[in-house]
Amino acid sequence: MQSSGKSQTDTNSTTHEHVACPACGLLCDDLTVSRNAGGILEVTPNTCARSVQFFQRPPTDTSPRIAGKPATLDTAIARTVEILRQANQPLISGLGTEVQGMRAVMSLADKSCASIDHMNSNAFMRNIQVVQNSGWMTTTLTEVRNRVDLLVVVGTDIVSHFPRFFERNIWNRESMFGQETSMREVVYLGGRDIDTSAGVAPDGRKPDVLPCDLERLPEVAAALRALANGKKLQVTEVAGIAAAELEKLAERLKAAKYSVIAWATTTLDFPHAELAIQNISELVKDLNQTTRSSGLPLGGNEGEMNANQVSAWISGYPIRTSFGKGYPEYDPLQLSADKLLGSGEADALLWISSFNPERTPPQTSIPTVVFGHAAMKFDREPEVFIPVGTPGIDHNGVSFRSDNVVSLPLSQLRQSTLPSLSAVLTAIEQAL
Amino acid sequence: MLIKLTGGTVYDPAHGIDGKVMDIYIRDGRIVDRPRDGERIDQDHNLAGKVVMAGAIDMHTHIGGGKVNIARTLLPEDHRADPVMHTEHCRAGCGHVAPSTLTTGYRYAEMGYTAGFEPAVLPINARQAHLEMGDTPIIDKGGYAMLGSDDLLLRMMAANKDQNAINDYVAWTLHASQAIGIKVVNAGGINAFKFNQRMLDLDEKNAYYQVTPRDVLQRLSRAVHELGIPHPLHVHGNNLGVPGNVETTLNTIAGVDGYPLHLTHIQFHSYGTEGDRKFSSAAARIAEAINKNKHISADVGQILFGQTVTASGDNMAQFRNHAAGSPNKWVCMDIECDAGCGVVPFKYKDQNFVNALQWAIGLEIFLLVDDPWRIFLTTDHPNGAPFTSYPHLIRLLTDKTFRNDMLSSISPDAQKLSTLASIDREYSLYEIAIMTRAGAAKLVGLHDRGHLGVGAAADITVYSDHADREKMFSKPDYVFKDGELVVRNGSVVKVTWGTTHVVRPEFDRSIEKEIAKYFETYHTVNMEHVKVTDQQIADDGRGHVQVHECKGRREKTA
Repeated sequence: MQSSGKSQTDTNSTTHEHVACPACGLLCDDLTVSRNAGGILEVTPNTCARSVQFFQRPPTDTSPRIAGKPATLDTAIARTVEILRQANQPLISGLGTEVQGMRAVMSLADKSCASIDHMNSNAFMRNIQVVQNSGWMTTTLTEVRNRVDLLVVVGTDIVSHFPRFFERNIWNRESMFGQETSMREVVYLGGRDIDTSAGVAPDGRKPDVLPCDLERLPEVAAALRALANGKKLQVTEVAGIAAAELEKLAERLKAAKYSVIAWATTTLDFPHAELAIQNISELVKDLNQTTRSSGLPLGGNEGEMNANQVSAWISGYPIRTSFGKGYPEYDPLQLSADKLLGSGEADALLWISSFNPERTPPQTSIPTVVFGHAAMKFDREPEVFIPVGTPGIDHNGVSFRSDNVVSLPLSQLRQSTLPSLSAVLTAIEQAL
Repeated sequence: MLIKLTGGTVYDPAHGIDGKVMDIYIRDGRIVDRPRDGERIDQDHNLAGKVVMAGAIDMHTHIGGGKVNIARTLLPEDHRADPVMHTEHCRAGCGHVAPSTLTTGYRYAEMGYTAGFEPAVLPINARQAHLEMGDTPIIDKGGYAMLGSDDLLLRMMAANKDQNAINDYVAWTLHASQAIGIKVVNAGGINAFKFNQRMLDLDEKNAYYQVTPRDVLQRLSRAVHELGIPHPLHVHGNNLGVPGNVETTLNTIAGVDGYPLHLTHIQFHSYGTEGDRKFSSAAARIAEAINKNKHISADVGQILFGQTVTASGDNMAQFRNHAAGSPNKWVCMDIECDAGCGVVPFKYKDQNFVNALQWAIGLEIFLLVDDPWRIFLTTDHPNGAPFTSYPHLIRLLTDKTFRNDMLSSISPDAQKLSTLASIDREYSLYEIAIMTRAGAAKLVGLHDRGHLGVGAAADITVYSDHADREKMFSKPDYVFKDGELVVRNGSVVKVTWGTTHVVRPEFDRSIEKEIAKYFETYHTVNMEHVKVTDQQIADDGRGHVQVHECKGRREKTA
């Protein structure tokens, strides 16, 4: 079986330039990756902890397994087909893949009347809820890089999840409109003990920090929005932040020419966190009555945007969509993987994680097939394990960036015997 | 495989054929001459009494790219009302205002359409647009690449670069985006919005670049002309939806050096300020200007009543108009120093004065423009209405009694301000075939589509001749795509994958040095990664690219 994409690069060469890195949603594409004779990849320059971990994992030549015993790909596929045939309500989850893989997921889900969900969706769906309830105004990374004058970071340090965010988009030396980037202002709003060092300007100027418990961000954002709209607060503090400090921040937002309010999808993951996102989004809309301001939801790790984009164009809905009735039905609450597994409604699990070996499937007693990174290790061996190639290392692909607009080609960097996810899923679908 | 279509009544305006009973032969996907006597006919369809036209072409329809996917995401409640089951031939999806890609392809084909062109491909988002169109079955597709608010063009203009450099950048963009034309949206306005400007009239300067929309239109229309791109510059005007914008539109027609322009969804740009409510129809003035200026063409962007969603690159206008939207949820984005987008759901109501007058203005323009080769049938899907309402629109144009019945049911105040009741014109089938086939193919630059001459691709639609044209155009008897029978009695019977049409004008490749440096200095992606490859379009072995001829530089710039 061949991977579906042909190599765009010469896989015999040992050095690839301008490599896009799918280890986080920023998809930085200024990396150089060299390969030694043993197939080990090395990243230089412009590295970060995530890209090093992603590219420099030693290649693992794993064969498929059925019930822990080595099997051929064909028998592993045949066993998967059997599991799907016996299932009434299969769940395809994880969805850590690129666009071609996700297209194959959608086709198989339709054919097998499955539900789909993504491994990061408990947090990610909060953004979707806000879009579907009231909408938002957002911007993209190149706009931030050239225009931001005030960055408000909500509830996160950003760099734990997106290591090069400040380097590439805030403290970049040159910007297009004559702005002195080192004068950019950074405010951290919410969270406790956040490492704010990345927000320190090149000249040593420190960012402003307004800490509070994450769970109280909805009310803090609401208060900030009220203040920006000229309303007065009847309290002197909100969640431990002095009302005067919030008022100052509201004034700065109103005075800024292009403020950006950023949050990381993964950190705003507590009950009703969507209310924080919604208040931020409505604040941004209000600010745009007189000046420019944008939200910047940061996400896109583990192919989260790929899953959602492809699902939206093929089914009409985001993830958490089921083909159980022969047409897509979307239910962001009832069709979460946790719920379907917890209630026992799902009776087979297909788990996909091709970028990251550490994202193993949830514990479940139903028959489980894992399409995983070859280095994946299990506490509990799934019924079927089919190692698949890593997009952007073992085969080509396309991946969407955090901002949901830019997609980048991922290139094959070494010869690999591992099949692509799309090739495996297509074979399964044909056999069904 | 030789197919014969016997004795249908053929409307083929590209060859002046107006309702002639003829036989048509198809071999290997192409229309061929009458075969030799005795040659075996593999399939013979008796089309006596049926109407035969080339497959229809939608020259402006938002079917792929980021903003369409935002529109899909925004409106699950709309999709829920129109679920689409998977069938023997088709995969599942959903329909109505922003259908899933698969359903889009099936439904276009089921209406007799065999091609659709996405008019707002942001170069930085072109790969997504092609991915979505790649998952749109049966129909051919293509896109117009958006320029005019991108910082690189405005920088070049502010630096007073010569026209050859602009031409090279425009050509590079067409190659990179795999597009067949160039679109400009609110020329310079999307960019100006990023500098907090809220309106930008034709001669108003961008606060940063000191460049005007007129400058942008002149530079781009000249580039398109000099590069020999068949499709004229596709213009979404400044001041969309603003009462009184007729002056801007007339200025645009008069003031861009005489290079060909296509003014898109012109209905949204044909508003006066007369009457108590300071909102009136300027359709007559617009139609008169189109009639007089032979270098101008337009599509209407008709609105039809009901729920829809507007998806546009023009975030300046979308932000301005969001309060009129329904339901009240909307998305605006600034995008990559390249462009922007705005997605606002709208519910057009027949008793709402403004909406009702918009409806009448669109129809007035259709009926007052004399030359059907220069006016095109669109709803600016989904902005005026979803494309599935085309058969209804055709009936409004071809049936005066029906039209006047509808007119008498809308807002009385709007009726009073419209001349529609006094217009007797009814479009003929021949004229419908011009607007939706021959004219559209010529406008886009598709030499082998939109007609039924020997050598044309066998994209053919066969209808029953109902007096009720809505019924007739809703459900063709047969649709052939590249010679394959894909629709029978209005239902898909075979799924094929169409062609992506592009142009690739010659240009001086040294422009890439400048573009690469710009990306390297200011952007977050490498220039090489902006380019959409043939292989990315052809992945899965479904799509392929067809390159159309450009006649080359029509004049050299000194």
